[in-house]
Amino acid sequence: MTKATSMPIIQVRDLLKSYGSVHAIKGLTFAVGKGQVVGFLGPNGAGKSTTMKILTGYLQPTSGTAQILGIDVMRHSIEARKHIGYLPENNPLYEEMMVMEYLEFVAQMRQIPKSKRRMMIEKAIHECGLGPVVGKDIGVLSKGYCQRVGFAQAIVHEPQLLILDEPTSGLDPNQIIEIRSLIKKLGKEKTVLMSTHILSEAQSTCSRILIIHDGKLVADDTPLQLTQQEGGIIYVVVAPKQGEKLSKKQVLEQLASIFGVTKVEPINEYQDHGVAMMVGYDKEDPRADIFQKIVSANWILLEMRRKEITLEETFRRLTKE
Amino acid sequence: MNAIVYIARREMQSYLNSPVAYVVLGVFLLFLGYFYFSTLFLIGFASMRNFFSLAPMLLVVFGPALSMRLIAEERKSGTIESLLNFPVRDFEVVLGKFFGGFGIVVIGLLFTVPYVFSVAWLVPKEMSFDYGPVIGGYLGLLFLSSSFVAFGLLASSLTKNQIVAFVIGFVLCVFFFLIDKVAVLMPYSWAFIFEFLSVDAHFANIARGVLDSRDLLYYLSITTVALFFTTRMLRRSRA
Repeated sequence: MTKATSMPIIQVRDLLKSYGSVHAIKGLTFAVGKGQVVGFLGPNGAGKSTTMKILTGYLQPTSGTAQILGIDVMRHSIEARKHIGYLPENNPLYEEMMVMEYLEFVAQMRQIPKSKRRMMIEKAIHECGLGPVVGKDIGVLSKGYCQRVGFAQAIVHEPQLLILDEPTSGLDPNQIIEIRSLIKKLGKEKTVLMSTHILSEAQSTCSRILIIHDGKLVADDTPLQLTQQEGGIIYVVVAPKQGEKLSKKQVLEQLASIFGVTKVEPINEYQDHGVAMMVGYDKEDPRADIFQKIVSANWILLEMRRKEITLEETFRRLTKE
Repeated sequence: MNAIVYIARREMQSYLNSPVAYVVLGVFLLFLGYFYFSTLFLIGFASMRNFFSLAPMLLVVFGPALSMRLIAEERKSGTIESLLNFPVRDFEVVLGKFFGGFGIVVIGLLFTVPYVFSVAWLVPKEMSFDYGPVIGGYLGLLFLSSSFVAFGLLASSLTKNQIVAFVIGFVLCVFFFLIDKVAVLMPYSWAFIFEFLSVDAHFANIARGVLDSRDLLYYLSITTVALFFTTRMLRRSRA
């Protein structure tokens, strides 16, 4: 057997998980390659956490397979777990322990040899910026620091794969930014699979996004592709020349006749001089044609801009009902 | 295998970091000391016999009280997930938890060792204190506690709620403690079984100073059975 360098870090095939008659995951297949930072999105109850728990070896799937670095997480669970660092949802920690005590315990449980333990703990402390709190009880730490302790315990054994279940939930905006930059830093050396509800976070942190809905994969692409692939909306304001008149109907007819435009809607709230329209299109960007049309109709183009499709909109469209 | 030691050590550490442990141990020693010494001077005979009939009764309560949190608390706070994600086998987690709880009970029993010397000191110069039954008694208590901690641990694996865990553990311990007391009501062939199942009857043998492999085997097997089911319960939470 050759160990190809292209071997995926995560390989999931037809994964299925049911709790009694409820199907949490309905046949999930995906692979994550080395060095990717993958955002795992989906509404609550879509099966994100369940998938992550199966990957980490905590839960048994009903059927299908999951492999970490080619190691089956069910048949060789212990071996597979050694390569994973996991930050569970809500980041449960032993509150009565000191940060240092806790990291020592984790290092022991992670079977780090005694000679290297001190060094690797120091490294994790340094990387997560825990220096000022190593001697404190975990129970008295702020949420931001608790999250860093969660990160430190996940990376202390230097795993190749980090699985982070909502790493920024419940943090304040400053802490969120700190944690995100930590994820980016860690993502340079490790493969990261993180779930989140903050779509802008996935957009800015991840190189790839998986969206699951109702236990099935509904999208798998780069953030850029996900926000560009299907058409968009252009905002246009047209005004008549001096002394002339312009009705909404005229503009609407002209714009609707452009190839590729799917719908035109007047914006009634527009207060200034002129007529404002929203132009929807499905494939090619029609801005050049809109400009030509307006010039040849002898009107004045006051404003034209493309409304960016946000990941939110893609997410809403893919995970509706 | 090292994992068992690490888990047990962590368990004892966090026990001794929490005020609950001191309260429970304190109350245990208070009860034991009070009930033992309040009658010691009345009977006018320097013996630990009463101590060894009181201690099992108190351990029926304090065994489960000291072990109720072992798994239930981790289930409640969610740390069980991190614990079960370490590259260790479920039975290692269970054994680590067991020895952690057992260690605390042993600490409690160590605090009663001064009683032995106090009582030995009461013995008149011309007579000598018989340490034999005391050593046997303590040995018996260790075996008995191991089974009670295992019952408490099993109960703790069934629920998130420590109080529920305590009640279930207590019921288990009481059942195995009292089962020989009903033996007199049973036909002879049955009575034998009931007596064999009783924790107390086997304790009495060891405390008398008779080390019989049947008694040791009994404690070992009920402890093992309880720990086996605890492991099964942990595995079930993964399904």
